[in-house]
Amino acid sequence: MNRFLVPLGIFVVLIIFLLIGLTLNPREVPSPLIGKPAPAFRLAQLQDPAMTITPEELRGKVWLLNVWASWCVTCRQEHPLLVELARQNVVAIVGLNYKDERDKGIAWLRELGDPYLVSAYDRDGNAGIDWGVYGVPETFVIDKAGIIRYKITGALTPTNIRDEIIPLIKELNDA
Amino acid sequence: MIPEIGNFSLILAFVLALVLGVLPIIGSLIGNGPLMALAKPVARGQFVFAAIAFGCLTYAFIAHDFSVLYVAENSNSQLPLQYRMAAVWGGHEGSLLLWILMLSGWMVAVTLFSKSLPQEMVARVLGVLGLISIGFIAFTLFTSNPFERLFPAAMDGNDLNPQLQDFGMIIHPPLLYMGYVGLSVAFAFAIAALIEGKLDATWARWSRPWTTAAWMFLTLGVMLGSWWAYYELGWGGWWFWDPVENASFMPWLVATALIHSLAVTEKRGAFKNWTILLAIMAFALSLLGTFLVRSGVLTSVHSFAVDPARGLFILVFLCVVVGSSLALFAWRAPKVGLGSGFEVVSRESLLLVNNVLLVAAAGTVFLGTIYPLFLDVLDLGKISVGPPYFELVFAPIMGLAVFMMGVGPFARWKQASLADMAKRLWPWFAASVLLAVLVPFLFGRWSAPAVAGVTLGLWAILSSLAYLLGRVRESAGGGVWAKLRATSIATYGMLLAHVGIGVFVLGVTLVNSYESTSELRMRIGDTTVQNGYTFRLLSVDKVEGPNYIDTKGALEVSKDGATINTLYPAKRFYPVRESTMTEAGIDRGLFRDLFVAMGDQHSIDEWIVRVQYKPMVRWIWGGCLLMALGGLLAISDRRYRLPQASR
Amino acid sequence: MPNKLLFTILLALLVPLAHAGEAVTLHDDPKLEKRVMALSEHLRCLVCQNQTIADSNAPLAVDLRSQVREQLRQGQSEQEVLDYMVARYGDFVLFKPLMKSNTWLLWFGPLLLVLLGFAVLIIQLRQRRKLVQQAAPMSAEEHARVAALLSGKHEGDRA
Repeated sequence: MNRFLVPLGIFVVLIIFLLIGLTLNPREVPSPLIGKPAPAFRLAQLQDPAMTITPEELRGKVWLLNVWASWCVTCRQEHPLLVELARQNVVAIVGLNYKDERDKGIAWLRELGDPYLVSAYDRDGNAGIDWGVYGVPETFVIDKAGIIRYKITGALTPTNIRDEIIPLIKELNDA
Repeated sequence: MIPEIGNFSLILAFVLALVLGVLPIIGSLIGNGPLMALAKPVARGQFVFAAIAFGCLTYAFIAHDFSVLYVAENSNSQLPLQYRMAAVWGGHEGSLLLWILMLSGWMVAVTLFSKSLPQEMVARVLGVLGLISIGFIAFTLFTSNPFERLFPAAMDGNDLNPQLQDFGMIIHPPLLYMGYVGLSVAFAFAIAALIEGKLDATWARWSRPWTTAAWMFLTLGVMLGSWWAYYELGWGGWWFWDPVENASFMPWLVATALIHSLAVTEKRGAFKNWTILLAIMAFALSLLGTFLVRSGVLTSVHSFAVDPARGLFILVFLCVVVGSSLALFAWRAPKVGLGSGFEVVSRESLLLVNNVLLVAAAGTVFLGTIYPLFLDVLDLGKISVGPPYFELVFAPIMGLAVFMMGVGPFARWKQASLADMAKRLWPWFAASVLLAVLVPFLFGRWSAPAVAGVTLGLWAILSSLAYLLGRVRESAGGGVWAKLRATSIATYGMLLAHVGIGVFVLGVTLVNSYESTSELRMRIGDTTVQNGYTFRLLSVDKVEGPNYIDTKGALEVSKDGATINTLYPAKRFYPVRESTMTEAGIDRGLFRDLFVAMGDQHSIDEWIVRVQYKPMVRWIWGGCLLMALGGLLAISDRRYRLPQASR
Repeated sequence: MPNKLLFTILLALLVPLAHAGEAVTLHDDPKLEKRVMALSEHLRCLVCQNQTIADSNAPLAVDLRSQVREQLRQGQSEQEVLDYMVARYGDFVLFKPLMKSNTWLLWFGPLLLVLLGFAVLIIQLRQRRKLVQQAAPMSAEEHARVAALLSGKHEGDRA
């Protein structure tokens, strides 16, 4: 009798896994860069091509890197939240204009507001690849020592800003 | 109005399913004739209403009724008629209705072909099918109703996914679902036998043709999926080990094990418990596949719009159906007798070896498909498992299975001699190896995997031939023709199916080892030579279709100066959904395909063109057709048509 | 004289037209390209629904293929390119899982399944033999009857 229960037992275990699986998101990719130094880049600035920007320049500050593009629909939705964060001087925000056209990017910022200290112009997307960017928008939280501490894949929302970003920034600022 | 009729019909079908699922089985348990007799008419009634519901949805599509949400989501005023009809199963809700229709259809078939079955058995089989129907119809009515209205009605629809606007969409899902749903009949027979508590060889004899029929449809369904993906997706690939593909392949592997196991149970009364378990497993995998594809737990190119809430419903259904079956199995199995004995070396045990390998293969596919989810649940990381893994682990198991497939038929029932078998077979195996070694010379490049694969493919074919020759030589008296005619159709079925496997293996091996691709920049008038064929770009034009715009190239294919064909690969843009498809231009041949795809415009006068040479690729699907044909022959054997008495 | 010159000039102009051109491969180095495509079959397109970067034309897939091409061209090995991708995107980007502690079950599972299956089979066969022998030892008379029946009708090898 015992051994004939084995199939049922295996099945029950499987169901439990599938049940838990329903609550998970198979497309969410955790970043391997968390806890590692922010990848270096030296890119021209979007607004002022003659100037460059590197992550080094942000040492000593807690800052956000927000990956955006004028062709990205979701970015429009999260942008007001970034503008608000900038207005309240919560944290320094640097933009990474990903695979965009310079004029279009500048026009987009003019239309929707510019929360960025500066935007780096990543025309070919190579800096993005170094940061493990695979979609737009994405936001990284970097600490004073230049280590990536958190990544949000997808849009910022009032919820994830309130529950995930703000507390982390506070913690990193106190450190 | 019509959609409401459809919805109401579906509700009526649901009511009948409730009656069917409950009353006949109770009748069979208490010996109540009238209750049991309800089964056949109620099953037929369920079919009628399911068909009406399906018909109403089809009508809504044909008539462009965009006040029905499902039609608005999957159709368009420009969509050609045949695709409007195929669009009925183009989305989640409609595909469920197709499933229900087919389930009801199989039930009617059971009512028609069960004259020799005892009434209790019929009542139980139809009752179980009724219970399954309850689940599916409830799922459809309460969470995925295709008749839901859209207020206000859409001006025009969202169009059918362009990739589905193809002949493949018309035949692949129906045949595939016939297979999935057919396995529920095998399952129902198994449960009926468990309920009865008495399992004997006659149960297996009744179950066998139904199972083989389901297997046959599943073979065709999976084959068509591969064939369709090949020309539709434009990359020349024919199998991607995608979760949805795996979801159809696992039941197929277990169903193959099942039809072999049933053979033993029918002939020798052995393996009864194992056969029942396989029948439960095959259908469980069918249901699991439904779950995986619609719940969102796995990412797939083939997924329907995914919804974890719907996934939960299916999971609960899966739990109830499979859980109760396995519990019933655990309860009844110990009481089942052993059946006849057989030696460690015998056809029975070799068939068991086949079973072990096929089930292990199915388990392997399952492991690879589920593993990322498994790790994610345990929070042990996020990984991907794809073709490189599957190809590596699957080939050895199946290779061994194909080898054993050639050996098995030569083993006598009950007791066989390995020495005798080896003596008979080694020349054929040696011939396979020798012929296989010559193949790389035909293609101009040595490849050990190619030799291994061709050996196995040839072995499958030659061993079947050897079997037939052996039968002719062994049976006493009569000429060759008389002996061939005396061999049962079922035996021919077996041989044909095994030959089909060999043909399939040859196709897969040769295309994987010797295909070649080149990506070129071509101007009008440019030529390129690949594998002895010359391709010349004649023109690139913009052509408008009913609901798309083509950028169509014309390529002339010639060999040794003589023109063979002109191919028209295109990049097709569908404005409604703003998506672009690649329509390949294919020169089809028995021994090779020439596959051309248009890329983007590279510069003012240059176009990117991808040219592929695919040797023996048609043998992949040809082999599957032979397998299905073999199954058809097996079903049509006289023994299944003769009433029990005359045996 | 001028006619001859004109003729020669015309001929010189027409010659390139008469030569229907030989198509050029899209990428300069076909051997490299083979390596790029082979490696691309191992990398996942993260924005797609379960496709390799070889099979997809999504912008990210094209970018990553370019990365692969560049690196291979510069002399990196296949493994180095894969490591590069994993460093940025994690194990998820590999379609052939690494052999790590969390994938032992995956890689050894198939073999274990086959071995387990055969083990169970052999045990069952042995048990069955014992049970059948125990079940009904036949008398000499029954043996004789069976032998008589069998000699008249050969238990055929029908499918």
